[in-house]
Amino acid sequence: MAEALLRTHRLVKRFGGLIATDGVSIDVRDGELHALIGPNGAGKTTLIAQLSGQQRPDSGRVEFDGRDITALDMPARARRGLTRSFQITSVLPEFTALQNVALAVQAHAGHSFRFLANARRDRRLREPAFAGLELVGLGNRAQILASSLSHGERRQLEIAMALAGEPRLLLLDEPMAGMGPDESARMVDLLRSLKGQRGMLLVEHDMDAVFALADRISVLVYGRVIATGTAAEIRADPEVRQAYLGDDSGT
Amino acid sequence: MRKILASLGTPRGLVVAVLLLAMALLPVIAQVLDQRYLLSVSTRIVIWSIAAAGLNIMLGYGGMVSFGHAVFWGIGGYAVGIFAHHGVHDGWLQWPVGIAAAMAWATLIGALSLRTRGVYFIMITLAFAQLVYYVAVGLEPYGADDGLNIAGRSQFSGLIDLRDRGQFYWLCFALMLATIWFCARLANSRFGLVVRGAKSNETRMAALGFPVFRYRLVAFAISGGFGGLSGLLLANHDAYISPAMMSWVKSGDLIVIVVLGGMGTVFGPLFGTIAFFVLEESLKPLMDMASKGTGEYWQIVFGPLLVLVALYARGGLDSLLGRGRARSRHRG
Repeated sequence: MAEALLRTHRLVKRFGGLIATDGVSIDVRDGELHALIGPNGAGKTTLIAQLSGQQRPDSGRVEFDGRDITALDMPARARRGLTRSFQITSVLPEFTALQNVALAVQAHAGHSFRFLANARRDRRLREPAFAGLELVGLGNRAQILASSLSHGERRQLEIAMALAGEPRLLLLDEPMAGMGPDESARMVDLLRSLKGQRGMLLVEHDMDAVFALADRISVLVYGRVIATGTAAEIRADPEVRQAYLGDDSGT
Repeated sequence: MRKILASLGTPRGLVVAVLLLAMALLPVIAQVLDQRYLLSVSTRIVIWSIAAAGLNIMLGYGGMVSFGHAVFWGIGGYAVGIFAHHGVHDGWLQWPVGIAAAMAWATLIGALSLRTRGVYFIMITLAFAQLVYYVAVGLEPYGADDGLNIAGRSQFSGLIDLRDRGQFYWLCFALMLATIWFCARLANSRFGLVVRGAKSNETRMAALGFPVFRYRLVAFAISGGFGGLSGLLLANHDAYISPAMMSWVKSGDLIVIVVLGGMGTVFGPLFGTIAFFVLEESLKPLMDMASKGTGEYWQIVFGPLLVLVALYARGGLDSLLGRGRARSRHRG
């Protein structure tokens, strides 16, 4: 197996008396789809926030590609190839779908201290952006304002924006949240098509999707990782069954 | 050229073309009508609209409410005044120093204020402007509260004579056109899109990898630079500087102008400045006619007009001319 692209060492994050992340050590290998599951309030989004640089851990370390990135902020991590998508859709509502992705391309095309040339007509931004939209199935919605897209389309747009910078590792925070069955199925197909090209850490509630996609699964309960393994290992783990999959395994 | 001709077909293009043509010919019109005052007011409109266009970069495109923008008028103005006071009238020296000082001060204010958001940002920009205001009030050698008369206009190796009102107007007009052109280019540049994207969704821009703070800081500096340019033109026009030119009331006027004209639009700052001056110049005599001495309080009428704009024309005067160029460009 390839070596770890992203690795955390005993991450701890407290909010007052609540320990949201309690000594989490996990790793994501290059090319692997690693799913992170756990009941509501287990601390999944808090962990993603610390991995992306949006929040700082109280103690512990985050390593990316063998280097300690704990002190880097979100933009610096994104430029190194560690990109996230958001649980609550986060796009630029006043920009078209194409411009949203074009900005993502621009973010990884060197500095943007260019003051006069028209970026909207810049083919170096438009063409990769359009290709990104085609990839997620929004090719025919390029000129629609992001605020006018449907919820599912905005989730797809999020993925296109996250992919535009050709990240080495993608943090996906519940990409299927709020999607209908058809949209979810399309997202699963999309994620499957992306597998192997880059590391992915997928936080998701949809267990069918997780077990269908993940190479490995980690289970987070009350801020702790109680198990990591393949889908079969996780299914068979008695602690996981008790803490989390209990209801399902009983039927 | 074809693009310019095509834009004449739109209401906005036509209004702008007629407006700019009239403005270009204004010194001639003023001479024919024998109206020196008309030329003076027009010169002020042109100068103010440069500062308004600068503020529009922050306020309109960046969504950052700088409530201390008149400080850059003060910095530009005092650069000219202080040099002139010491017998230095060379514009090649005065002007770059004035603009550089304004940009440097903007960078300093920005480095501190841009770490805050919302009301805190407004208060910090205001506080820094007040700081400079009171420094100027305390500057005894340069007239303190009473200000300073400027003995001579800026000189440019005899290329242009700023004492000639027509020449000075045309210089200001050319600088205004250059400012508007630059801002229009800026708005659609890579830099401009980052600043506008950060207004729309700052967290998203950071997640994409943009160090938003740095881009906003540069936007602040550019914005302040236009304020400085406008200030040194103002000092040349009035042949006088005083702390009053950077009072917080003036900063408020600038915000009102940008909002009235249309935030984040190319010609909004110009529309707003013209409307502001036309209303001031017409309401004052009208109100004095109705009841002597009330003209001073013209803003009693102006205020409610502004409320109407805020309620019924959210995009400002520019929006009355139909969908913006910027918006139609979204297709591109």
